[in-house]
Amino acid sequence: MSAKPSTRKILTEPIIDNNPVILQVLGICSALAVTSSMKTAVVMSIGLTIVTAVCCFFISLVRNHTPSSIRIIVQMTIAASAVIVVDQILKAVVYDISKQLSVFVGLIITNCIVMGRMEGYAMKNPPIPSFIDGIGNGLGYSALLILLATFREILGRGTWFGWEVIPTVTNDGWYIPNGLLLLPPSAFFLIGFIIWALRSWKPAQQEKIEFRIAPNSRAVPEAC
Amino acid sequence: MEHLLSLFIRSVFIENMALAFFLGMCTFLAISKQIKASIGLSVAVVVTMAITTPLNNLAYRYLMSDGALAWAGMPEVDLSFLGLISYIGIIAAAVQILEMFLDKYVPSLYNTLGIFLPLITVNCAILGAALFMVERDYTFSESFVYGTGAGCGWAMAIISLAGIKEKLKYSDIPAGMQGLGISFICAGLMALGFMSFGGIDI
Repeated sequence: MSAKPSTRKILTEPIIDNNPVILQVLGICSALAVTSSMKTAVVMSIGLTIVTAVCCFFISLVRNHTPSSIRIIVQMTIAASAVIVVDQILKAVVYDISKQLSVFVGLIITNCIVMGRMEGYAMKNPPIPSFIDGIGNGLGYSALLILLATFREILGRGTWFGWEVIPTVTNDGWYIPNGLLLLPPSAFFLIGFIIWALRSWKPAQQEKIEFRIAPNSRAVPEAC
Repeated sequence: MEHLLSLFIRSVFIENMALAFFLGMCTFLAISKQIKASIGLSVAVVVTMAITTPLNNLAYRYLMSDGALAWAGMPEVDLSFLGLISYIGIIAAAVQILEMFLDKYVPSLYNTLGIFLPLITVNCAILGAALFMVERDYTFSESFVYGTGAGCGWAMAIISLAGIKEKLKYSDIPAGMQGLGISFICAGLMALGFMSFGGIDI
């Protein structure tokens, strides 16, 4: 590496320029499933950020002693141990939320952000930058999760963190909540639109068009 | 028998892994460019899920659940907190064995599936099936049916998405929406379609 990137750059780059969910297509499963309310989204973000950072740190510590043939198993074991710790802490401290998140805490193990950063960054870099990279990517994921959850909870329930933002009809207000936003498909649409917005703002992130209809081509008349 | 059949139908359609629980999304969006590749991947996923879900069920029932070690003379031991690490270990081992088995006895299938097999260990649909199986307390036969059904449901979803994306190749999509963006919208519409199965209770 010729120019050593600054700590600040490692930390902030994944949030917008190289967002793990939008650009690297990692960790989408949980981004969709836990965002119907703010509380679960925030707990999940904190959990994932801690797990990613800790895993990257430890993988980076043992990176010179791990034969590459068994590295996936080593990564899995470290990730699983970290997730078990987080899971047990959640069960002890915020039992209700951990019940709501159900299997998704466990699924942090197979969350591609954790695997992807361990494989892509921590295997090649010293522990401290890896730790910061883990936090940065965790924050990028959290930013997207919180944005999604804000939309879904405010428009779907009229609340934010359970506080009333828009008075709904059932509470003598005027807003009729849009139930669709609490249902799974809305998360797909919202992420689709966020990607569209982000890529229109930063055209460098757009994907190449594979096929294009030749200019001046006309529809072929129906052959009978 | 009827009970198992309805569990199968439920896991394929109503509780579809990809479109109702969003599991296995990364591979779902990444490997759905061509129908052929997605068929290869889904066969591998169905086989792995049909093997690992019952295996994990045995491991949970006889080694880890509360009081499961009574046969070894330790009735007070509750090892269920070790669940996550053992499920992922069992899945990784099963995938590795499957890979070696295919390499030795069915080389043609191995060549088709080869590149997908390492991806499967980190497919959350498979770990998800194991976790749901524990949460809902399925028996051994139920877990086999559930694993197969969930795998088939995921396979169906990815193959249909690949079909839609192949048809979309020539359509005029806004530049920012190209690729990933439009895949999300397609998947959203498919999930909306699958929601019509909701409410059905077999």
